[in-house]
Amino acid sequence: MATTHFLFLTELMGLEVYDLKGRKIGVVRDAAVVPMVDPARVDRFLVGAGYTWLSVRHDQVREISLGGIHLKDEQLTPYHSDEYMLRMVRDLLDQQIIDAHGRKVVRVNDVTFEIREQNGSSLLYLLEVDIGIRSIVRRLLQGAVRRQWIRKLQNPVRPNSIPWEFCSILESDPQRRLRLNISNKLLEEMHPADLADIVEELSPDDREAIFETIDSEVAADALSEVDPDIQASILESLETEKAAEIVEEMAPDEAADLLAELEDKTSQDILKEMDVEPKAEVSELLEFEEDTAGGLMNTEYIAVNEKATVSDAISAMRGNEEMLETLNTLFLVDASERLIAAVPLARLFVADASRPLRELAADTLIQVNVDEKQDRVTALFDKYNVLSLPVVDDGGKLAGVITADDIISVLRSR
Amino acid sequence: MLKRFRYHIAIFFAVIGPGFITAVVDNDAGGILTYSQAGAKYGYLPLWTLLPITLLLIITQEMCSRMGAVTGKGLSDLIREEFGLRTTFLMMFVLVLANLTNLMADFAGIAGSLELFHISRYITVPLSAVAIWLLIVKGSYNSVEKIFLFACIVYVAYIISGFMVKPDWKTAAIDSVRPVLMLDPGYITMLIGMVGTSIAPWMQFYLQAAIVEKGITAKAYAESRIEVIVGCVVMSVIAFFIIVACAGAIWSVQPRDIETPADAALGLKPFGQYAFLLFAAGLFNASLFAASILPLSTAYTVCEALGFESGVNKQFREAPIFYWLFTGLIVIGGGVILIPGFPLVKMILFSQVVNGVLLPFVLIFMTILINKKGLMKEWTNSRFYNAVAWASVALMIGLTLALVAISVKDMLGRPA
Repeated sequence: MATTHFLFLTELMGLEVYDLKGRKIGVVRDAAVVPMVDPARVDRFLVGAGYTWLSVRHDQVREISLGGIHLKDEQLTPYHSDEYMLRMVRDLLDQQIIDAHGRKVVRVNDVTFEIREQNGSSLLYLLEVDIGIRSIVRRLLQGAVRRQWIRKLQNPVRPNSIPWEFCSILESDPQRRLRLNISNKLLEEMHPADLADIVEELSPDDREAIFETIDSEVAADALSEVDPDIQASILESLETEKAAEIVEEMAPDEAADLLAELEDKTSQDILKEMDVEPKAEVSELLEFEEDTAGGLMNTEYIAVNEKATVSDAISAMRGNEEMLETLNTLFLVDASERLIAAVPLARLFVADASRPLRELAADTLIQVNVDEKQDRVTALFDKYNVLSLPVVDDGGKLAGVITADDIISVLRSR
Repeated sequence: MLKRFRYHIAIFFAVIGPGFITAVVDNDAGGILTYSQAGAKYGYLPLWTLLPITLLLIITQEMCSRMGAVTGKGLSDLIREEFGLRTTFLMMFVLVLANLTNLMADFAGIAGSLELFHISRYITVPLSAVAIWLLIVKGSYNSVEKIFLFACIVYVAYIISGFMVKPDWKTAAIDSVRPVLMLDPGYITMLIGMVGTSIAPWMQFYLQAAIVEKGITAKAYAESRIEVIVGCVVMSVIAFFIIVACAGAIWSVQPRDIETPADAALGLKPFGQYAFLLFAAGLFNASLFAASILPLSTAYTVCEALGFESGVNKQFREAPIFYWLFTGLIVIGGGVILIPGFPLVKMILFSQVVNGVLLPFVLIFMTILINKKGLMKEWTNSRFYNAVAWASVALMIGLTLALVAISVKDMLGRPA
């Protein structure tokens, strides 16, 4: 029968363990994986015998079936707590994990193992984590109804499981995370916005653990997408050094908004830890009131001299590749950095390399002063249908640029 | 990202706070009935119980909100993680039953209050049910926020109507601090009933989840504690005015038993159309408010505990169990009110039994959880606080079980 090639954790629990002579030693209480050695193979069975727990290694097992576990070696040692063990019942069952494929936080109802036969012995491999009603049925009937019957009874219910390789377990202790070899790879491969949604659902300790260990660039992207209140509490919970690394990777305007939300002392500490260049940009932006053009703008723009040609512009862009993903306008400034004109980027593609940019500029120059109120700024976006709006200081010098995504955030948060 | 409805509510909480909401919603149709009955039959005498009730309420609510702030997890999540699925499942089953009967009482409150204005329940109940469903599922966060804010303010109606019946303030003041015990079975039943309705199981789940949603952390907890205490005090103040209004209007004329909160409103009529209107409006408001929050809170609690997808921002096929539960509660809760001859009073007694059976477990689990070092770190109960907490839990359990016994006796004694 093919169905015997897998085993549920609910079935494993309470399964009887027999020695070489077929005498019952005890029943299985828990099973442990040692992710350092093998991320899916059950390494130990913890067997309750009388008042003590014994530890059975995977290579001491001859056969595993619904009828019980038969050993091939009786040299068992008493169980003592091992920090490298991920224990199924204690650490996984009923806990939350992240389903990286389905991009959501789920709660573990049961675990499905595969029984593999190797060299005449049975090994258990973690196959899937079970969620949904079918596994709830198993849990409720566990111990009350015979295992074979439960398998029949659950059949009409649709299964709902997550393959183990898509599961990212949560562990808030960074030391233990290391020992359990919990990788952030699955999380780092997700879209930052999805990761942000997941993080919002977790407890503060779990959030902290993820941001503390995850790659700073991914952390910055995800943090930008998180709800502002939660952003601040995450950043405050991190080590200052890590917080600074993450803030450096964020867009300067978002970093400034975020730092403005923190307590003065915390944001000063973080600024102190930052590299000189991003620090200067962020500090500058922090000077502006939050609900003014200065508070909305970022300093990531490309400006060239008013006399420049198309080829000059293209070489300027070559030096700023990290901005290209969102860039849609070039700005022309005079010798004293005063804003002269805005050039829609697309016009560059159809113009000769030697053509002066001045001739490609938009007819009217729409700009705002750094002190302009937020409401007026959004009104300008609506009225002139622009994708980006240059911001100038009182002397007419280009100070920064507000882009449409900043405006969308403002409107969404109303 | 305002993706979930919970975040909509969270913004609303930023103004008033979870502790406040929980305490205010606690004065729902069932609560108003109990306080009205107390005032109508025994006048100002029961007022002294409000002080100990407030203290008990503060102790339990404080533990809940502290757990939410420190662990960042809801009570149903913690129970699931620490006590396993079977216990949680059983608990959720009883909770759904208890909340469903609470919801019936609230729909009865809606029907009763509007029938005072001669509007048939066959119009008001279906309309309210549809309105609640649409408000929660389709409502924009702005409108929901405004409506809930307004609902909180309408509770002032009770305070005004309390003043309008010109009660005997001197007696009220003295009786508020002078405990009177009588060996009259009716009086004792009433006292126990007052304590029993003041602390309901759903509140603990709701409050803790709301604290988590608001993103209150252990560091910011001090402010929350104040807010929880203020909420409990406000709840008692409203209860005080309901009792005083009924004492001034009904008891001082002729002490009598009342069966529905609408009866209490009618009793206020001789003291002016406005006193009556305010009391009836207050009842409608309280019932509708509770009927809006209970189904949502229940569906969230259950789905989170059992690991089902939840959230009104999700499509029906993404979170079917959540939607079925939420919709089912409203349909059944409102539907039974329309069945002619439905034994509603019996149902409310049954509600007290179910709540009473569940509450001891909730309180015991809470007190065990809050003493777990692994969960609460340095935020566990101090030894003194623990003694007070266990004593309160024991007292609550004792009184609740007494209420269960009385309700069962009443249910069996009542002709169907």
